[in-house]
Amino acid sequence: MLVIDDLRIRQGAFWLNADASIPAGRRVVIMGPSGAGKSTLVAALAGFVTPDSGRMTWQGQALDGMPPATRPIAMLFQDGNLFPHLNVAQNIALGFGRGAKPSPQNQDQIGAALAQVGLTGFENRKPASLSGGEQSRVAVARVLVMERPILVLDEPFAALGPAMRIEMLALVRKILDQTGATLLMVSHDPADAHAIAEDLILVADGRAVLLPDAQAVLADPPPALATYLG
Amino acid sequence: MADRAQPLSGRSGTVIAIALAVAVAVTFAAVAGRAEATVGLSAADWAAIRFTLMQALASAFISTALAIPVARALARRSFVGRNAIITLLGAPFILPVVVAVMALLSVFGRNGGFNHAMVWAGFEPFQIYGAHGVVIAHVFFNLPLATRLLLQGWFSIPSERFRLAAQLGFGPAEIWRVIEFPMLARFAPGAFAVILSICVTSFAVALTLGGGPRATTIELAIYQAFRFDFDLGRAALLGLIQITMTLAIVIAALGLSRQDGFGGGLDRPLTIWGVNGVGPRVLDGVAITSVVLGLLVPLASYFGHALPGVLRLPEAVWWAAAASVSVALASTALTISLALPIAVRAALGRGTAVELAGLVGLVASPLVIGTGLFIMINPWIDPATLALPVTVVVNALMALPFAARVLIPAVRDCLASYGRLGVSLGLTGMAFVRVVLLPRLAGRLGFCAGLAAALSMGDLGVVVLFADPETATLPLQMARLMGAYRMEDAASAGLLLTFLSFGAFALFDGLGRRYAGD
Repeated sequence: MLVIDDLRIRQGAFWLNADASIPAGRRVVIMGPSGAGKSTLVAALAGFVTPDSGRMTWQGQALDGMPPATRPIAMLFQDGNLFPHLNVAQNIALGFGRGAKPSPQNQDQIGAALAQVGLTGFENRKPASLSGGEQSRVAVARVLVMERPILVLDEPFAALGPAMRIEMLALVRKILDQTGATLLMVSHDPADAHAIAEDLILVADGRAVLLPDAQAVLADPPPALATYLG
Repeated sequence: MADRAQPLSGRSGTVIAIALAVAVAVTFAAVAGRAEATVGLSAADWAAIRFTLMQALASAFISTALAIPVARALARRSFVGRNAIITLLGAPFILPVVVAVMALLSVFGRNGGFNHAMVWAGFEPFQIYGAHGVVIAHVFFNLPLATRLLLQGWFSIPSERFRLAAQLGFGPAEIWRVIEFPMLARFAPGAFAVILSICVTSFAVALTLGGGPRATTIELAIYQAFRFDFDLGRAALLGLIQITMTLAIVIAALGLSRQDGFGGGLDRPLTIWGVNGVGPRVLDGVAITSVVLGLLVPLASYFGHALPGVLRLPEAVWWAAAASVSVALASTALTISLALPIAVRAALGRGTAVELAGLVGLVASPLVIGTGLFIMINPWIDPATLALPVTVVVNALMALPFAARVLIPAVRDCLASYGRLGVSLGLTGMAFVRVVLLPRLAGRLGFCAGLAAALSMGDLGVVVLFADPETATLPLQMARLMGAYRMEDAASAGLLLTFLSFGAFALFDGLGRRYAGD
């Protein structure tokens, strides 16, 4: 269970209050108008932003104060998920932590992860020689080797075309089926929620609240969500 | 709210900046403590102060004014060789001062081509030694720098502005009045101030071309008080005056200028309509041709007559070259290891105090720092034994502001693009430096290292205070040969020095580029 308990985050004059309890393994899409604080919420979860009050726990263990890299979270950002000077294998190997040289066993894991995302044999390619979709797949492969129980996606596929986004969502779903990880995905596209969400978090008017049973909620949205969906 | 998205703390940069500031303050204090204010300033000292200011003002004014037509011509004309000329304009920055002086002598000296022509035409021969020689040498160095700074000004004008001017049917005069002059009003004072602060601490030019009651800078006066009279009290007093003057000018220059002249993006000319008449074209052609000839003719004439002697150079010159290479390598390593942490700290955006510490090198002239170090070292050991280590340290200090200015924006970009990703993968501290920062900065680091190596290789500064007759760097050896009127040997030694300076720059810059190639 991921518990966000009365969290208050301030950024300048902007406040966000968040409350949510998410059972392990659930797939949650975070929706809301731009500028409402979706990215701020996941940044707080991942440890990039320090909340002013409240608590976050995972399986009963407090996350507050932990450095980002030691939290049980693997995160993909909107852009810049790969280092352009490192090849695909080196980028993935960073998922093993602290930039250490990967062991032979790690090398096998990298090969397996690449096979899972459909990029077998791409080890020595540089990001600049890959398409946008392939770059996203490499980032997902690194998430695989990190083996974290929570996956946070901050609109990493926003720059991809519609067909490619559907493909990437299918890949994410496949990986979640395999690993049983909990998903928190920021999106501004209701289609994403239709495709993958079990629950929704609506971020609007300075509040983030959990709306369980995403598909039912989407079919008959409460007023705040209806305003956003239009 | 605290943002913890940064993989580096910048702590070592703070420590280095504070240590540098303290070290320089202690050195200044040593100078101040020894300064004999009671003696007062002699007439010669006042003359040195006056000359320092006058030559710096004249050099800065002439360089900036002449740079205006050249920069405009390069901004608006497209022709074969334009990029080569812009690169050529960057060369004087790393050209050793003594070499430039020799090059000017080969044209304007007693036996130079210019004077042969003057005598042939029935005029008195032109005398390069003296005040105007100092100014000519400074313009030779700084006109190209001013041109590059002003060229950045032209490129800062949005191209829409010129399209609008074309729409309104502007001719050259209106473009000048409405667009170009207001830009220059912002950029020219900066270029002027940068050159002023360079010329006010001029030593090597004054040593080789100046001297005497009417062409002695404060730096040269410090050296003379030191070397000829061994009057540390007077040297220190002059040092204090120099610090005060430079500080005032550098602070003014900082306020006026935020550019460094190293920027890229100058390789495609602007499209400016309405300036393609015969008049403007001839004007531009004359401006570009004069500057190129002014740079190339002295250098070519000098290299031509210096080349044959290189293989017959005395052994002492080769030893001096070896010393210079070692000093340059050590000082390059020191520059980079000081500049990178300072750049990280500055890029994290906490405090311009750190950037100011990097500018210590601009304020502190080599001779003043040298005087301070000499005063501190002298009671304990023979300063001559430390001549080369002191040169390493002072040269690194001098290169620091340039290196910091080149690195800070690159570090800032790197942290903005990859800071969070690094933190999320546990790449913090040295791991981030090794895996992300150094590879991302390779190109800039190579450029900085090349700059530091070339500046150190060609520097004739603090070493003159410390070196005994057995020790010399190559520029010092050259100055000694010139002082002994062995001009042929000096010229050939200068050619060797030029190869070493540009070779060092090309080597490091090339390594950086190769490593950065992704």
